[in-house]
Amino acid sequence: MPNMSPKKVPMPEQDPNVRNKNFLEVALGYTEEMAKEEAQRCLQCKHRPCVEGCPVNVQIPDFIKLVAEGRFEEAYEKITETNSLPAICGRVCPQETQCEKLCVRGKKGEPVGIGRLERFAADWYMANAKPKEVKIEKLNKKVAVIGSGPAGITCAGDLAKMGYDVTIFEAFHTPGGVLMYGIPEFRLPKELVQKEIDLVKRLGVEIKTNMVIGKVFTLDELFNEGYKAIFIASGAGLPSFLGIEGENLNGVYSANEFLTRINLMKAYKFPDNDTPVKVGKTVAVVGGGNVAMDAARSAKRLGADNVYVIYRRSEEEMPARLEEIHHAKEEGIIFKLLTNPVRIIGTEDGWVKGMECIEMELGEPDASGRKKPVPKPNSEHVIDVDTVIIAIGQTPNPLITSTTPGLTTQKWGGIIVNEETLATSKPGVFAGGDAVTGAATVILAMGAGKKAAKAIDQYIQSKN
Amino acid sequence: MFRIVRKQILNPSVKLMEVEAPLIAKKAEPGQFIILRVNNEGERIPLTIADYDREKGTVTIIFQIVGKTTEILGNLEEGDTILDFVGPLGVPSHLEGVKKAAVIGGGLGTAIAFPQAKKLHSLGTEVDAIAGFRNKDLIILEEELKSVSNRVFITTDDGSNGNKGFVTDVLKKLLEEGNKYDLVIAIGPLVMMKAVSNLTKQYNIKTIVSMNPIMIDGTGMCGGCRVTVGGKIKFACVDGPDFDGHEVDFDEAMRRQLMYKKEEQVSLDAHKCRLRGVDNA
Repeated sequence: MPNMSPKKVPMPEQDPNVRNKNFLEVALGYTEEMAKEEAQRCLQCKHRPCVEGCPVNVQIPDFIKLVAEGRFEEAYEKITETNSLPAICGRVCPQETQCEKLCVRGKKGEPVGIGRLERFAADWYMANAKPKEVKIEKLNKKVAVIGSGPAGITCAGDLAKMGYDVTIFEAFHTPGGVLMYGIPEFRLPKELVQKEIDLVKRLGVEIKTNMVIGKVFTLDELFNEGYKAIFIASGAGLPSFLGIEGENLNGVYSANEFLTRINLMKAYKFPDNDTPVKVGKTVAVVGGGNVAMDAARSAKRLGADNVYVIYRRSEEEMPARLEEIHHAKEEGIIFKLLTNPVRIIGTEDGWVKGMECIEMELGEPDASGRKKPVPKPNSEHVIDVDTVIIAIGQTPNPLITSTTPGLTTQKWGGIIVNEETLATSKPGVFAGGDAVTGAATVILAMGAGKKAAKAIDQYIQSKN
Repeated sequence: MFRIVRKQILNPSVKLMEVEAPLIAKKAEPGQFIILRVNNEGERIPLTIADYDREKGTVTIIFQIVGKTTEILGNLEEGDTILDFVGPLGVPSHLEGVKKAAVIGGGLGTAIAFPQAKKLHSLGTEVDAIAGFRNKDLIILEEELKSVSNRVFITTDDGSNGNKGFVTDVLKKLLEEGNKYDLVIAIGPLVMMKAVSNLTKQYNIKTIVSMNPIMIDGTGMCGGCRVTVGGKIKFACVDGPDFDGHEVDFDEAMRRQLMYKKEEQVSLDAHKCRLRGVDNA
């Protein structure tokens, strides 16, 4: 009999007032009993709407049935037929707008905790199972993947399974892309990302770190090295600034810099780790997406007394996940909504001491479909802050496109591709993930990686 | 892992290392830099490529011991390895079509000016090299500069090499004597590059400076290295490090360089305590 409770089995979490002082994971995960109990809430419907909601079409009812039966290793294997990074997706996917949004149980009560169950199966496997030997018949054909974020890792894993010799070129010293430098430890433990990447490496994928493509190799040079096709998955790592006065004062960070120092360089362990990070008593984070939430919650953990999230629209329009907004509030982050910075004010020796803001009201919907924020006359006011973190978005880095003749891009830098095949304007070069779409989600990047792997296989086959 | 094949002590605090990095050596051009990380707990620091040997597959770096990371790096020996070494980064200097140039190095900046002088020399440019140091014990690369320049002027702040003064004093004298330069390259402490730029502005001579802001990734993804040039925000790691000295906001750059002064000291102190076996926890 299914478990007809209208609510998800709750997941244990660290207490807000404890966790806002450490970088350990907030959500602690299900026990075996909890997972089985939650799995029994799945009705095993025939038409499986949840699967359609998943960008990589994980066979959700099948793996959940295996969890319910306590066959956890098989559940993991069922997931990884289509998803190579389940421990990550279970944690950071916006399930509420994907698989869980379409769950039948969500019509009366809460949907099945699909993300939580996926996470459970992956964690269980990593803790208890022994990875199986993989036998792959080699094609002796080389493919290059640029970037080791979710899109690159997924594409590389799929191509390796098909028998290709895949090399990933990564600019940083550690693979993982945004999973390593962007999303904080307290949402996504780095050790776990490493383990998940190691499982992909077992398929024979080679990862070369410290390789800035566009500098050390151009794309044409990669073709000359014998690569039959190239997948660009270099992400959207170029931070946008506000373009207001005072943005170069000491104490103003892009969210990318702030989070890279903390996550990749482990500045929260300074001076045991050498990279410093500076956070004052009062921090303003400008923006309303997941990156803004991550920056705000990190600043709190580094000891700031007050952390403000400054967002020019209202909470309803915030692009951040509901769960992250909720967690941020629980941890004491203060939201200043319908507020927009006008200038940053400095001390005589050039450190941030305040931010002048203006109140906003919502007008007619704009091109994005969201109500356009309009400044309220004479509502300027100064808030006292000593650190400002700018989290208003990123665009693709031009290092590759600017050194690759024949690769066309959008005005804002996104690489233009054929939507079906992800082929770029340059033959043999494919692109996907944030490098094409601008900053989006981990799972969409993975979906693009899967699509590209199929298209690359077809392209190389067709050349024979 | 990147092996150190040669180490040379240039003066009490400045060391040279030739590092095996064939892919970088193949592509490196004057004006570009690398980012390195010594060990797992290490930070990423930028260092200019002081020389390269495409055939041997090596890249030469020259650095001054100023804090924890450079101290650890300086203690490595030939045969030891550096964990991470990325490059070549930044935009190569534009040195073509110059008839006569003054290449100016201040202190360690001389190591960064050297490849520029060398390249100019190879392109047939007449090069006057000016290098300034605090005292005669700190002089580096004098012979190397002589090999690639028409004239070399070495000054010391305290006059201990018999030629007292700043690099700007030498440049001013050369200009007053009627030397015509179509390019001045100034590389060294910000205060020195600012002084040179102020001087050459009066003579309306194109002046290139090499900025050295704080960097983390060195690939344009964080903006930690941003500088204001001609009123616009530029990222030194991808748009530079070379910029028009007459357009750079030096005062802002000097201020931004001090952002982590306190932390740098904390890091160095903690390191020294550990070396002495003192529990610093």
